[in-house]
Parts: sequence; structure tokens; C-alpha cells
Amino acid sequence: MLELEFMRLALATGAIVGVLAPAVGFFLVERKASLIGDGLGHVAFAGVAAGYLLGISPVLTALIAAVLGALAIEWLRTRGGAAGDQALALVFYTGIAAGVVLVSSAGALNVNLFQYLFGSILTVTRSDLWTVLLLGAGALATIAVLYRGLVAVVLDEEGSRVAGAPIAFLNVVIVVLAALTVAVSMRIVGILLIAALMVLPVIAANRVAWSLGSTLGVAMAIGLVSALAGLTIAYYADLPPGGTIVLTAAGAFLVCAARSAAARRLR
Amino acid sequence: MYQLAVDLEHVSFAYRTGVQVLDDVSLEITPGEFVAIAGPNGGGKTTLLRLILGLERPGEGSVRVFGEPPGAGRSGRRIGYLPQRAHLGGEAPVTVREVVSAGRLAAAGMWGPLRRHDREVVRHAIRKVGLEQKADAPLRTLSGGMQQRAFIAKALASEPALLVLDEPTTGVDAESQESLAVLLDELRVELGATVLYVSHEFGAVEHVVGRLVLVRGRIVFDGPPSELPGLWHDPSHVHA
Repeated sequence: MLELEFMRLALATGAIVGVLAPAVGFFLVERKASLIGDGLGHVAFAGVAAGYLLGISPVLTALIAAVLGALAIEWLRTRGGAAGDQALALVFYTGIAAGVVLVSSAGALNVNLFQYLFGSILTVTRSDLWTVLLLGAGALATIAVLYRGLVAVVLDEEGSRVAGAPIAFLNVVIVVLAALTVAVSMRIVGILLIAALMVLPVIAANRVAWSLGSTLGVAMAIGLVSALAGLTIAYYADLPPGGTIVLTAAGAFLVCAARSAAARRLR
Repeated sequence: MYQLAVDLEHVSFAYRTGVQVLDDVSLEITPGEFVAIAGPNGGGKTTLLRLILGLERPGEGSVRVFGEPPGAGRSGRRIGYLPQRAHLGGEAPVTVREVVSAGRLAAAGMWGPLRRHDREVVRHAIRKVGLEQKADAPLRTLSGGMQQRAFIAKALASEPALLVLDEPTTGVDAESQESLAVLLDELRVELGATVLYVSHEFGAVEHVVGRLVLVRGRIVFDGPPSELPGLWHDPSHVHA
């Protein structure tokens, strides 16, 4: 498998995505905003469609659309008078509707589009890998530098506001990181499934971790293993990679939940 | 120059619905005081607290904390705040040390890891509330009283000049309430901090507070608890 360049590219990209998605998802899950990734995936779909229509890189247009969608959700939530779930629904449905219209206009309802929706091993290029590597490293570095501020907001947003923390900035950082993750991950996992890779490793880690820091670490490890194992299974079984990666992560959740239940019974 | 810890001048506040919560409230709190703010639910005591914290702005009048409008300048760095029903944002097994470390945000800023001095302040705050043996235990494995001590340590980690506690005894048993009151008074003396204790009932701290302020839309009593009319010691009256 490793002698094939497309698999090396897929595994390298998958490894970055596997670590990045739960690292960003951690802050969404702990803020009870797990579905934001899903909403942004649908907005990214509109971006991919726009890319086809304009004849430019769908990854770039998906990134722009997802970031704009993320900023719209945050603006609607904080200043637009819409509750969190309403803001998400508004952006979510607008995104998917715009995507359908744009795809239809571009005449792009074909196999290429499906690669973005469900992920593909074959389509990752060397240039994709560099994009994922640069954006992924930037996102992880941002999390590392702002970790304490982001955690403080997760633990107690109001208390952090009293302490003078720039809450609006930190909330925007979280949603923009989520948008970035969706855009860089869609080649491997697919727009429709990337949110699962952001959430499942985190809720699995919550069952077995012993601290906030260990939750983040375990979630990233589960994401990495799920991505690599899922891609390997997809290669040998000729299955779509997004589905196998997410099913592997779901399997990890079941293992963690069983271990947690067993530990409770033993106490 | 002498500065009041908290200074409210003719403050009125109404929510967007038009409901008037506070009407012409003036209150001066000097540094080092232990003040209990009590009153019935809906009487405006939590609104008063939110105005002091800068989480709400008064419709009329002015609020100053250490001479500055709350939320401006460095006032936030001097406030240790324990919110009502302090809880954890998500389901992750956050430890006592992680909770208390979050209290260093105002003093240490949000960039990069905590420095050695900040970690020492966190350790000291945990020791102060008697949780050093539980520092790395997940908070959810501790009793309600211990969890509340962890949140007090978080407030202490900011090395506050003003410690603000909103309904700190909710969900805490009577014995823990008693030890919480003693702990707060010790901290006030040791740190020289002003303590603002907001609760719908004040029995737990009555013997340690120097001043009791009863709020029901306006201030209806302000003085030592011993001067409170006997009838008002009955919580049912406060709620009436």
C-alpha cells in the first residue's frame, strides 16, 4: 500500500486531519456546539459548487465560504438576536440551498462532486498535502498559543468576560478554526462526514480521560488512529474513506464507553 | 488617594422588557469590608452584582469599582468572581488544578502556557482552600462543598482585591456552608480583600459579615446584621 504515492499522500493528509479535527472539535463539544462543524460542512458545499461554477479551486472557495459561514453564525448568535441553534439552522440551510443551486448551474452533479461530499483516497495531490499541512499547522499552533484563553471560555464564559478576556475574539477563533478544519479535511473525509471526526473522538475521550488536557490528547490520538486505520481499511476493502474513518471513530467511542462502564462497575 | 472598592451612585436599571429591577440605588463599599447582599429572588440583588461586575450597564447613575467603570482599565484584574451555580461548560473531566488555573487568566493573560510564578499562585490558592490532596482529581468526583471550594480557589487565583460570590451555598450542605463562611472571613483578613457575598439568605455568613444590605428593588436595609429587625431574620419575611 505504501509503495503507491496516492496512498502516501492520503495517509499523510489523513494523519494531519485526524489530529486537527478533534483538536478543534474539542472546543465545540465542550461548549455544547457540536453541530457547528456539520453546519459549516453544508456551507463548504456551497463553496465547492461556487468553485466549479467559477472554474477555480473548490478547496479555496470552500474555505472562503466556510469562514464566512462561521463568522455569520457567530454574528447572528451574538448580535443578530438569534439563539445559537437558530443561527446555525439559518446558515446551515442557506448553505445547502445555495450549494444545490450553484451545483445545478455549474452542471457539476457528477462523480467529482461526490469526492468532496464523501472523501476520496485517489484525489489528494501533493499541493493538497502542502495546503493541509500549512493550514493544519497554523490551526494547531493557534490552539497551542491560545489554549488557556479558549479553555477559560469553555469553562466559564461569563467569568472570563469579567476577567477582561476578549470573549468575542476567542469565540471567532473557535468558529474560524472549525471552518478551516472543514475546508482542509473535505478531500479525505468529505464535507458530509468531517463534523463526525471533529466530535466522535472527543466524546469518546470524555469517557476515559482524567483531565481536560488528557481529553484533548486522547481525542487527538483517537482521531489520528481512526484516520489512518480508516484509510487503510478503505484501501483494502475498496470503500469510501470518509465513511470508514468515521465508522472507526464510532468504534473507538463504543470501546471507550464500554471501558468507562466497566470501570464504574468495578468501583 | 483613598478609593472605594465599590461605588454606586443613584443607579437604576430596567431590562429590555421594561421591568424595573433597581430604582435609585446608592451603595458605597470600602476596601476590606465583608458585605452580604441579600433579598428575595427577583429583588434585584443579582442585577446589582452584574452591574458591579460590568456584565450589565445601568440605565441611570454610575457604577465604579476601585475608581473605574467596571470592565474598563484594570478593574477586571482585581475581581475574583464565583458565578451562581458555578458549573463546567462541557462533559470533560476537568481537574481542580485546571479550574483554578483558569482563574489566572486576568493576571497572566491568555497567551502561551502559565509561567512558574503563576503555577505557584495556583498551587497556593488550592492549598488555601484545603484541596491540595485533590488537586489532580476530576471535579465531578468531589462533593458539592469541595467543588465550591475549588471555584473559590479559582477566584483566589486572580489575587483579587474584590471577591464576588453569587449564591455560593446553593447545593452545599449546612456543614460546608459554615466552613465556607469561616474560610471567606479568613481570606478577607489574610488578603485584605473586600468580600461581596450575594445570596437570597444570609444565615450561613451572618456571624462573619460586618454589613448586611437587603435589596428589594432598592436598598431596604443597610447595616450590621445585629441591627436587622428581628422579624427579618426569618427568611420567609425576606421572600414576602
